[in-house]
Amino acid sequence: MNLHEYQAKTLLQKYGIPVPRGQVVAVAKETVAVTTEIASNAWVVKAQVHAGGRGKSGGVKIVKSASEAQVVASELLGKTLVTYQNAPDGQPVNQVLIEETLPIARELYLSMLVDRTLERVVVVASSAGGMDIEEIAQSSPEKILQEVCDPLTGLMDYQARNLGFKLDLVGDQISAFSKILKGLYKLFKDNDLALLEINPLVVTTDGKLFALDCKMSVDDNALYRQKALAEQRDWSQEDSKEAVAHHAGLNYIALNGNIGCMVNGAGLAMATMDLIKLHGGAPANFLDVGGGATAETVTKAFKIILADSNVKAILVNIFGGIMRCDIIAEGIITAVKEVGMQIPVIVRLEGTNVELGKTMLQTSGLNIISADGLTDAAVQAVKAVLV
Amino acid sequence: MSILVNKNTKVLCQGFTGKQGSFHSEQALAYGTKMVGGVTPGKGGLIHLGLPVFNTMRDAVRETGATASVIYVPPAFAADSILEACDAGIELIICITEGIPVLDMLNVKHVLNSYNVKLIGPNCPGVITPDECKIGIMPGSIHLRGKVGIVSRSGTLTYEAVHQTTALKLGQSTCVGIGGDPIKGLNFIECLEMFEADDETEAIIMVGEIGGSDEEAAAEFIKSNVSKPVAAYIAGQTAPAGKRMGHAGAIISGGSGKAEDKIRALERAGAVVASSPAGLGEAVLAAINLKIK
Repeated sequence: MNLHEYQAKTLLQKYGIPVPRGQVVAVAKETVAVTTEIASNAWVVKAQVHAGGRGKSGGVKIVKSASEAQVVASELLGKTLVTYQNAPDGQPVNQVLIEETLPIARELYLSMLVDRTLERVVVVASSAGGMDIEEIAQSSPEKILQEVCDPLTGLMDYQARNLGFKLDLVGDQISAFSKILKGLYKLFKDNDLALLEINPLVVTTDGKLFALDCKMSVDDNALYRQKALAEQRDWSQEDSKEAVAHHAGLNYIALNGNIGCMVNGAGLAMATMDLIKLHGGAPANFLDVGGGATAETVTKAFKIILADSNVKAILVNIFGGIMRCDIIAEGIITAVKEVGMQIPVIVRLEGTNVELGKTMLQTSGLNIISADGLTDAAVQAVKAVLV
Repeated sequence: MSILVNKNTKVLCQGFTGKQGSFHSEQALAYGTKMVGGVTPGKGGLIHLGLPVFNTMRDAVRETGATASVIYVPPAFAADSILEACDAGIELIICITEGIPVLDMLNVKHVLNSYNVKLIGPNCPGVITPDECKIGIMPGSIHLRGKVGIVSRSGTLTYEAVHQTTALKLGQSTCVGIGGDPIKGLNFIECLEMFEADDETEAIIMVGEIGGSDEEAAAEFIKSNVSKPVAAYIAGQTAPAGKRMGHAGAIISGGSGKAEDKIRALERAGAVVASSPAGLGEAVLAAINLKIK
């Protein structure tokens, strides 16, 4: 789950990490009060969307007066901002963050994440701030610095100093930097973050450090114990079908093709998408219905798949496991009737009582094609959308 | 032989009297697994499914002599259960639970590394040696005792590999579902190493997916340490970058973790990589034939 920049910065402040003075607004005329309260020569107006690349897409603008701030805010609010990260659909701008501008001398990069190979929280830093870390990794990998945190001791002062001196920080900046890093580490652990990125961390002309931009994402598995963060989730930033599926307890990801997929198991669901592509088709979605493919979950899944008007056929791929195929077939038949299915449904079943299950599907009198195996299912589905 | 588990493995169940624990313990007993009891704190002294229930893992291990334990507790309690099993001297812990916070697993692994204990999972189907011992949620009936060792990050794709090798009468020596989480117990390399050393295993199927670089590391290991034929499949060739595909660990991030990189690495290591999940059986046959030539 991702947080907005303004939400992330509220957390940073709570952990004593300096951020520019700012205020989030949802109504353009509120900018007047904000620019009055935050005295500055100029302000920056930043669209709040869950995507990077806002600057290059007109989502971040410098303004010189209160009236200009209001104009820019009213242009951004309610707009759909399309950046290279969320293209082609873009995401709606429901808030803008108004901040003071700072005299910037240097831009640094800082992030924290869980490294799955090292099985540790890792701090990544670079003197090449303001750029994407992937770009830095490509163009100048030697500029990427890393410190690995031991779970018992956490991030130590010497590690912060290692990074600080390598980043050419001087004098008081070293202790300020250490304080920031230790605050970030505590924040990361306390809030079950999966990723924390400050890009850039700026050094001002008078030698102070500030987190100018911040991205945070929370480990979805930890949301049960991070209730305050879970409540901050902004569903408007997520695909509406994905949001509905999430609330129905299903794992759904929208794609651009026309063959809807309903599969049990995440690995098999990905493999089914690949199989459709291999046979010349295009999957419309990833959908894992999990172990219990009951009439109720199948009905919910069908409704979510059918909400995508591109879908011209549905491929159901269930490896029965411990659940019997005749019970699954019954669930599919009930669901097809329940949603008033208008398009062909191709079903591949495997597992206990598979023959009985297939017979039930074939004799249902519904628009259901019972496939013989994985490959046949994909071929039939691709054929069905060509007709 | 087989790897990890056999007909003599004594197995405990943590979360024994819960819905999942009861259902799958019943299935395991029916399969012939040597279940010897279970733990549910506060229910010690009861008999469940004809087996004793204990309050703590220390009691359970002392009374039964079990060496393996399977965990079916909710995510919030899973880290505690894994460490309790470790503390009680269990040698093989199988954690089926899905949805454990990654920072919990980070701490758990840090502790486990100081003990001589193996963890399978979390977020996995478990481990099975056909006709001897089934620990986990896989359907026993699709298995056939035989010569292919299977290791997989995905549950249902393990079943596909099992189904196809059963249909071809190759059968399986042991199948290990290592799970879909980013931080986990046994990984491909440890399983490949055990299969390489196991007399009964004549060929290996490994099923990977997008995210991380474990398949690339496995490919390096295969190149220099595995003499047996290896077939592979990698799921997620059509997965979009930056999206978590069901499994917590299945995500392409910052240009790494892509299916094509994994496939290329495995092919370079001499594995036969199936282009379709329906081709796993044929791929392992092809890998076996290649080695014979």
